[in-house]
Amino acid sequence: MNILVLMRMVPDVVEELEIAPDGKGLDTEYLRMIVNESDDHALEQALILKERRGGKVTVLALDAPDVDDVLFSAVAKGADRVLKIEGGDGGLTTRAAAGVFAKVIDSQSDLKSVDVVLTGVQAIDDLDALVAPILSRRLGLPYLGIVTKVTLDESGKAVTAVREFSAGVRGEFEVPLPAVLGIQAAEKPPRYVPVAKVRAAMKSHKIESVGAPTTADAGLPLIEVMRMRKPEVSSHAQMLDGAPEEISKKLAGIFTERGLL
Amino acid sequence: MTDAQATTCPSSHREMTLETLADFPEGREVLTCIQCGMCAGTCPYGDVMDYPPRRIISMMRAGMLEKVFSSDSLLACVACYACMAKCPRGIQLTEVLLPLVKEQVFARLPELPAELHKALGNTLRYGNPMAESAKKRAAWVKTADVPIRILPEDPRPVDVLWFVECQNSYYPRGQDISRATARLFHRLGIDFAILGNEEKCAGECARLLGETGLFDTLMDYNMAVFQNYQFNRIVTSGAHAYDAFKYQYSAVGFKYPMEHTTPFFARYLEPLRPLLTRKLNYKVTYHDSCCLGRHNGFYEEPRDLLRAIPGVKLVEMPHNRISAICCGGGGGGMWLDTYYKAKGYERLSERRVKEAVTTGADVLAVSCPYEVSRFEDALKVMGHDKKMVVRDVTELLAEAMEV
Amino acid sequence: MSGKIWVVAEQWRGKLSEITFESLALGREVADGLGVPLQAVLLGHNVKNLAGALGLADSVIYIDHPALAEPDAGSQADALAQLVRQHKPHALLVPLTNVSLGIGTLLAEQVGAPVVNFCKDLRVVDGRLEADCVLYGGKIEATVTAKGDPAVIGLSPGSRPPDKGRSEKKPPVEEVAVTLPDQPVIKLKAYLEPDAGDVDITQQDVLVAVGRGIQSKENLALAEELAGALGGALCGSRPVIDQGWLPLSRQVGKSGVSVKPRLYLALGISGAPEHIEGMKDAPLIVAVNSDPQAPIFNVAHYGIVADAMDMIPTLKETVQALRG
Repeated sequence: MNILVLMRMVPDVVEELEIAPDGKGLDTEYLRMIVNESDDHALEQALILKERRGGKVTVLALDAPDVDDVLFSAVAKGADRVLKIEGGDGGLTTRAAAGVFAKVIDSQSDLKSVDVVLTGVQAIDDLDALVAPILSRRLGLPYLGIVTKVTLDESGKAVTAVREFSAGVRGEFEVPLPAVLGIQAAEKPPRYVPVAKVRAAMKSHKIESVGAPTTADAGLPLIEVMRMRKPEVSSHAQMLDGAPEEISKKLAGIFTERGLL
Repeated sequence: MTDAQATTCPSSHREMTLETLADFPEGREVLTCIQCGMCAGTCPYGDVMDYPPRRIISMMRAGMLEKVFSSDSLLACVACYACMAKCPRGIQLTEVLLPLVKEQVFARLPELPAELHKALGNTLRYGNPMAESAKKRAAWVKTADVPIRILPEDPRPVDVLWFVECQNSYYPRGQDISRATARLFHRLGIDFAILGNEEKCAGECARLLGETGLFDTLMDYNMAVFQNYQFNRIVTSGAHAYDAFKYQYSAVGFKYPMEHTTPFFARYLEPLRPLLTRKLNYKVTYHDSCCLGRHNGFYEEPRDLLRAIPGVKLVEMPHNRISAICCGGGGGGMWLDTYYKAKGYERLSERRVKEAVTTGADVLAVSCPYEVSRFEDALKVMGHDKKMVVRDVTELLAEAMEV
Repeated sequence: MSGKIWVVAEQWRGKLSEITFESLALGREVADGLGVPLQAVLLGHNVKNLAGALGLADSVIYIDHPALAEPDAGSQADALAQLVRQHKPHALLVPLTNVSLGIGTLLAEQVGAPVVNFCKDLRVVDGRLEADCVLYGGKIEATVTAKGDPAVIGLSPGSRPPDKGRSEKKPPVEEVAVTLPDQPVIKLKAYLEPDAGDVDITQQDVLVAVGRGIQSKENLALAEELAGALGGALCGSRPVIDQGWLPLSRQVGKSGVSVKPRLYLALGISGAPEHIEGMKDAPLIVAVNSDPQAPIFNVAHYGIVADAMDMIPTLKETVQALRG
């Protein structure tokens, strides 16, 4: 099975996010980037599919700080080929990023001819689009999102994909290939790869470079961020202080007042 | 009074592999095993350890190490040094053999237990297992009541570089210990500073678990940071960090005089004693940490400190000094409680706390950062938290000092 | 400014979702602010009966097609694209829920429209729509405008109380035809129901919710005892269910259930939007989290900065003592 995984870096929210002086974006000075969590799951799902039915896993990522670590980790985990799209603008919105992915895939016959494109269903910075649906329309492929399980059918021409709804209900779908799937979670959590293996991958493998498209999508950006801010924290909750015993008594009082005890 | 010198240890066991044991003195030592089984008998998880050192060595001799590597049983090894301390041949089991074997086990595990997975990933990315930003590592300093110099902000030469370590930087109880330690340094007139946000985990537990790549990455990083500053000696609150610096970091040129806070303060007992003016009236039992105790022999230093506190009555647990029962936090154990519980293992911290409580002591005194949270958790779970509290030795000393 | 405001209704398995009514409430405000009509768009197969509940809108556009019988983002977007090209609305409010995810972006790409996701509020300022959007897991808010129309607004749950979107009025319903293949390309084979025989957390008066801060499966037993002491049940956020510590049926949030117990006690839950969405309407929310900056404190009525494991035993004892 020939699988293409699209991966992006997003701001790491473990670090304190600051607003840029113009008040319209994030301050990039202390920003650390981390791989989009569901893209990591997409890679894991791809590797699981390869382990079960053979084939090839190619990872395509946009250039960003620390993306090399992610790509070498992918190699160490079992990806066959890793490519980085270089030379374009940094700080692309999701819509623009998806457009870049689409153009690059369209221009490379080996990427265009894959059986399935896997990418994370969503990212924390998807303000102006989701990647998978854009790819679906641009490449003319069917799209299924919020996927948590993918199994290649016997025929090899379709996959059975499980997609989440709500209230714990899921749906089992037959998806003809090729297709674009938005992965919510892989069947297993993304595997750990020992640091020594990643270091070895850095020595044994090269990240292939692909030039970013020279023509940007027309009309982008289609939205304008007028202002960005950090929300007031704890503006709603009344904070209770004291030792656990004191707090417990206060809470018990509140519960009694509300007729709960 | 002379400062302890860091033991320069041969870096040879970094190049040594299980195949080339015979080419190195520590490796040849392994091959002298007489299969007595003391290691298996003394292992706190001996009843579930499918491959204690004795069996590993016999499998090695039989050319069957692959079987050992494909078992996950060695995840139960908490690197407590009990086997190594009791080995009649003096083989460096915990220090040398087990990490080599665990490295192979680690590489073959199909899946890591989730908590451990996260702890290792966090340590690589953030320099601490807690997934806290490196930029918050020195945030606790604002809450200290004595001045604490942070070298990146004020890089003048300093006498003591105090390597605080992760638990004591980020966890509330660890920060209590750090504040106490800072007060002691200050009252003793010691010129000290910390690396602040440039400090990262020393990596010893990753190494003991078999994640040698992570250990090497941290060691390279920390060494590069040390070389940016001028200081006479390093004092660390981390018992595992102590081991890393003493036995491993010489491989990258570490030559600094280095001590753990407990034996360090014990050497300052004469100037310290007159400062301990508040009577504490505690019955205290001291838990020997594996690194400081069995591994390095610092049994009397913490006891000397505790005896110097007015009103403290010291009582011993049945298993003390060389036979102390590990808290279960080493070698990755800190992040494997869920895994052990799923397998039905007793928590070592609970086993130890059961014993501590029998002494009738009010205070369980410790000197390794893992022990505070592990024993406090165990006391709570077993319902003894009203009877006994856990305090680091430095906390008790600081408490005995009137401001 | 001409052009209507459209609310894309969400119906699934014969029922209209709560977000449909939240969306109607918000859409009504915005349409009135612009002085334009509000229309609800209902897609499905044999669900015309649901149109009667959408009376807060001025009218309903109903599209019936077998391909729309079950959620299929591709078919739904195709249908909407045909409608959009014909009717040229000014903006569409499309739910950003598991049932409807993807429709907005597919549609926008087809008709060349802007998308504004994670929207939690919309208002009219100087004749333009301004959206407040929540980004980076709740850590940042952005005010955003769309350049060009129609603006496809990806609406997050919780923008308005659903009751504000309900109306007794029966709206006029216009049935419109679209051209779609008989069946979606992606076929639903079966629904997989969650494990039966378990507690229905949507029916509980008291829920004790555990998150990552509970740290380990053993701690769950203590939390369960607390839930029992309070006369309620245990539920959890996604990470706890992912770990296998609680079954899927106990999951609160985007991929789980929405709950509205009289008391929601959140222990060690940070408050990511995916979770908040499932419990924000509870009349009493108490949150315990060791991080004072945790977003859960934005929705909680009472907050406690503490380690959840420090609070659980003490609270349990206190409650048990009161109950006698």
